[in-house]
Amino acid sequence: MTEPAKSLDKVAMTPRPPAVRPKSAVGPIIFLVLLAIAIVLPFMVKGFVVFQLTQTMVYAMAILGLNLLTGINGQFSLGHSAFYAIGAYTAAILIEQAGMNYALTLPVAGVICFVAGFLFGLPALRLEGIYLALATFALASATPQILKLSPLEHFTGGVQGIVVTKPDAPFGLPLSGDQWLYFFTLAVGVVLYILARNLVNSRAGRALLAIRDNPIAARSMGINSSLYKASAFGLSALYTGIAGALGAIIVAFVAPDSFTLTLSIGLLVGLVIGGVGWLPGALFGGAFLLFVPNIAESVSKGLSGAVYGLLLILVIYVMPSGAAGFLQAIVGRFKK
Amino acid sequence: MTKLLEVKGLTASYGQVRALHGIDFELEQGGITTLLGANGAGKTTTLRALCGVVRPGGQVLFDGKNIVGKGPEDVARLGVAQVPEGRGTFTRMTVEENLQLGAMTRSDRAGITRDIDKMYDHFPRLKQRRTQQAGTLSGGEQQMLAIARALMLRPKLMLLDEPSFGLAPLVVREMFEILSALNREEKVSMLVVEQNAAQALALADQAYLLETGTIVMSGPAKQIGADENVRRSYLGY
Repeated sequence: MTEPAKSLDKVAMTPRPPAVRPKSAVGPIIFLVLLAIAIVLPFMVKGFVVFQLTQTMVYAMAILGLNLLTGINGQFSLGHSAFYAIGAYTAAILIEQAGMNYALTLPVAGVICFVAGFLFGLPALRLEGIYLALATFALASATPQILKLSPLEHFTGGVQGIVVTKPDAPFGLPLSGDQWLYFFTLAVGVVLYILARNLVNSRAGRALLAIRDNPIAARSMGINSSLYKASAFGLSALYTGIAGALGAIIVAFVAPDSFTLTLSIGLLVGLVIGGVGWLPGALFGGAFLLFVPNIAESVSKGLSGAVYGLLLILVIYVMPSGAAGFLQAIVGRFKK
Repeated sequence: MTKLLEVKGLTASYGQVRALHGIDFELEQGGITTLLGANGAGKTTTLRALCGVVRPGGQVLFDGKNIVGKGPEDVARLGVAQVPEGRGTFTRMTVEENLQLGAMTRSDRAGITRDIDKMYDHFPRLKQRRTQQAGTLSGGEQQMLAIARALMLRPKLMLLDEPSFGLAPLVVREMFEILSALNREEKVSMLVVEQNAAQALALADQAYLLETGTIVMSGPAKQIGADENVRRSYLGY
């Protein structure tokens, strides 16, 4: 059953055997060490850096969502800025207009984005590779304008956007607002990561991977490929939507022009930098997304875009299959 | 014996091009039927039409139920397992994960584990390679994996598309011995599409000869194998 080359899917994938599941006993130990560092970190650095770290985690969650779709299920999306936007606006509107507790807006944003993603995933079933890229591109380019529409202005605040009240630390905890939001984001991120990991290692996860590897053979195993693909779209949107909601809370502001195609492409860059199909890679991708443009700017203000591009090429050259392949190679050398 | 598969007037097309012009054949419960033919005769199309990858016309009764118009996943759920052309290996997953995927329609965890062990008994090579990425297996090993994975479905019927393709002669012989043993011991019925007529005729009990989308000859495999014309065109002696 030779398939016609599905260009984009295959290009976006790491060409080498990807480290989808690094099955080893050191995994949990590394996880706990990283977690311990993450807990100590906000007490060691300045407030603004704490904010940046929080933003990194938020991006990482969005990239994790994209990874479930692209890396695990082999579907392509340039439209994830739209789901990020839906999540962000859901949180902002619920907090500011319905007076809802910020923490409770996350599940609502997740459910709304799941439904939106699932519904978008249904027509997307008929599209593959570059055609799916185009359809999702349309979604990304439409979103900022829809958010600016005057009939919706009452809810969305139009071009002005919505200013969101930043929450303080609860229960009289001796934490600054930024520190509290850092821990809040960390907790949500850890839960989402563990859930994603368990999913990938489950039967359903195997089905998603099988569809990615060989769609026709997957169906002949009795896998309902339509249902799985649409669900993967929904779940991916759920992750990215929760990230969007968290983003709105920590930045304390949403506006249409924060959610353009540039964000979608940024998430895609982060996905590739981290390693397509490797879940922890999202953290590397998130860090790249946040810090590298800043580094580029500090090198040259006028040419920051060019410096960013150069850094990107450099990173891709050094780590052709993202942080995943890079770490794998290091571990491989270490074992010898 | 009762019929497991009855195919009547099966047609299939690729766009405007009709590849099957209404073929009839059947398969006994527990039997092995082979479809022989040259390249482009419509062998693979027949299998694709049976399992719903290509949209067929006509009638296909499997276990008495018409399965024309059902998608591949529904056909699989009825107990039809495929060993597709090109093996359909999930290349980036391990051998064991491939086997587990074969049992996606089942929910008896203990039974699945037991069956995986049984497959390792049938195919010891797969056991050695259980944690290896399936894409790194040799062609013969991937063919064994495809057969083992199909068996994981606990199928009533197995569809095999040129299982000998691209394999060394020794491996081909070994594989046909395994198929014959599986048919005897596990009572799996098989529909085998082959270019390797000699091996296929030795394995099967019924044979059909396919030429450009129509069946030109049919009968017991022994009789077909003894036919002068068949011998000259397909067996080469």
